[in-house]
Amino acid sequence: MTMSTTPESLSAKQKELEKKMTEERSQSHTAPASLASVAQTKVSRPAGAKRLGTGLEARGVHAWFGKNHVLSDISVDFASGTVTALIGPSGCGKSTFIRTLNRMHEFIPTAAMAGEVLLDGKDIYAPGTDVTKIRLKVGMVFQKPNPFPSMTIGENVLAGLRLAQLKSTNKDDLVEECLIRAGLWNEVKDRLDEHGGALSGGQQQRLCIARSLAVSPHVLLMDEPCSALDPGSTLRIEETISELAESMTIIIVTHNMQQAARVSDYTAFFLSDGGPGEMVEYGKTSEIFSNPKDKRTENYVTGRFG
Amino acid sequence: MSIETDNPLPSKEKKITPQPQTPWKTSGTERASSLIFILAAAAASYMTVALTPMKGILPLTLLFFIFAALFSFIRGNRSRGIVAGQDSAAGVVMAIGMFVALLPIASILYTTVSKGLPGLHRGLLFNDMSAATPTDPITEGGLSHAIVGTFVMVMISLAIALPLGLLTAIYITEIRGRFTRPIRFLVQAMSGVPSIVAGLFILSAFVYPITKTFSGLMGSLALSILMIPTIARTAEEVLRLIPEDLREAGLALGGTQWRTVAMVVVPAARSGLVTAVILGIARVAGETAPILLLTGGGDQININPVEGAMGSLPFYIWKSFFFGSEEAVARGWAGLLVLLTLVLILFATARFFSTRKVR
Repeated sequence: MTMSTTPESLSAKQKELEKKMTEERSQSHTAPASLASVAQTKVSRPAGAKRLGTGLEARGVHAWFGKNHVLSDISVDFASGTVTALIGPSGCGKSTFIRTLNRMHEFIPTAAMAGEVLLDGKDIYAPGTDVTKIRLKVGMVFQKPNPFPSMTIGENVLAGLRLAQLKSTNKDDLVEECLIRAGLWNEVKDRLDEHGGALSGGQQQRLCIARSLAVSPHVLLMDEPCSALDPGSTLRIEETISELAESMTIIIVTHNMQQAARVSDYTAFFLSDGGPGEMVEYGKTSEIFSNPKDKRTENYVTGRFG
Repeated sequence: MSIETDNPLPSKEKKITPQPQTPWKTSGTERASSLIFILAAAAASYMTVALTPMKGILPLTLLFFIFAALFSFIRGNRSRGIVAGQDSAAGVVMAIGMFVALLPIASILYTTVSKGLPGLHRGLLFNDMSAATPTDPITEGGLSHAIVGTFVMVMISLAIALPLGLLTAIYITEIRGRFTRPIRFLVQAMSGVPSIVAGLFILSAFVYPITKTFSGLMGSLALSILMIPTIARTAEEVLRLIPEDLREAGLALGGTQWRTVAMVVVPAARSGLVTAVILGIARVAGETAPILLLTGGGDQININPVEGAMGSLPFYIWKSFFFGSEEAVARGWAGLLVLLTLVLILFATARFFSTRKVR
């Protein structure tokens, strides 16, 4: 349970980040740039010194609900230290796909799947795999902020440790570190004993991010994490994502194409034409938004449908 | 407050802050007209009773309601048309329904309070009946043995029923195994089991073959049979309200299902589960049939549930009325008032916990 960064260095980073954000907010009066230019002008992220794990790889993943084939033959390699956005219209299987990546898919009683998901080179669906260990390494942030209502803010951050019965040497430091990394520390440092429900929606979602960071996952899955939030909170969480991506693998489902262009290095476009959802195109985000190879991708990212 | 009419656009300095108003609320004139129309309905019903052979309070009340519905229809029809007329008539009919439904409850409360109050005295809560005979004046003796007995038995049955009921609810809402449907059905059916059946079951399964003696524990066992379905059903409703998100979040953080239920789901439902417990207690506190069959009903304080007869409030009430002397009946009413107050307090506490905002 040791992190590469110390709370002090993170605190400095936090201040820098907030300064940058205020600057960005003051510039927001200018006309919005096109998606392609947003995707291309994005500053390339420095590779973090310490990356957790070697990434996640899906090989020929199919998914069913009962007899309904909802996802067909998805193969993607999510490299460590990158952010991958999954875009596509509703019902194309994006959420189902990311739920196969941490074995949450199997909680739906009629669910079935085929294919392999390799986490650091090992198939998470191999017989004898401990599911709870997989979910510790592949964290998840949900669409709706869902802090545990019976716990305080501090307890929420440590909930993962308690749930998985892990030992932690210094809980206070861990709480501070996770909240700093999630960009919430300054707002809640004096009220760690309050209940999570007292926070605003955006703060709750960052608390949920902090909660998933406490068990130091290698991969973070985010299922439309900003769809219930206001633009300010969204920006804040996007900054958090960029920071986190230095050390881990992030996969984010989003309906907001501006967001995909802003935060992701790679983009996968999913589509279902009545049948099972398929991955139409996968590539660098700058390519997908400026020069898509598939006509359907072009139609979607230019807003001609969807 | 003066309004300057010669200045159509008042400057900022002269801007008048209006008084807070509630134009959607009933005005004074409307209130007065409502009063007149109620009086008119009362007068019309009184006249009808006086002029026709119908006599007594029942036709008077009935006619008052009929006239009130009729007049409100006419009033609504005249002022705002036929639809409004139907609407106000329907409002009056609903008020009548509420009145008729509340009448027996109010009557029970009134009778119990008016007949029970004279029997209340300080010693009631501190003395038992071991030194007093039923024909002694009401100030002799008391029902402390009954309160203690009810308390002991309810607590023992709660200790049995709470874990079983809660685990049943968790099985139904969380584990959702193959037997969920039959168990739900069984729990629902069990909540309809007559209490005498629970009493007879314990009598034939434990008292006759094993203990061969009446005791508080046997009463508690029968009460727990009645309490389990109440707790299980209420807890099930409460656990069902916990969003699926929280369960998924717990599992996605690497918790096993058991840890997630114990650490996330049950604590989130805490205040609702308190309600379930209180409703379970209120359900059995006044239960009489199994108590009569199984406890023996002593006249002195007995806190040992496995040995000796144990008194309880329902038994005390039943015994007092059964004896039939004037003093005994007064004791019975006093006991009834105490029991009713106890149950009312429990329900009020349950409501307090269930309506309290879950943080």
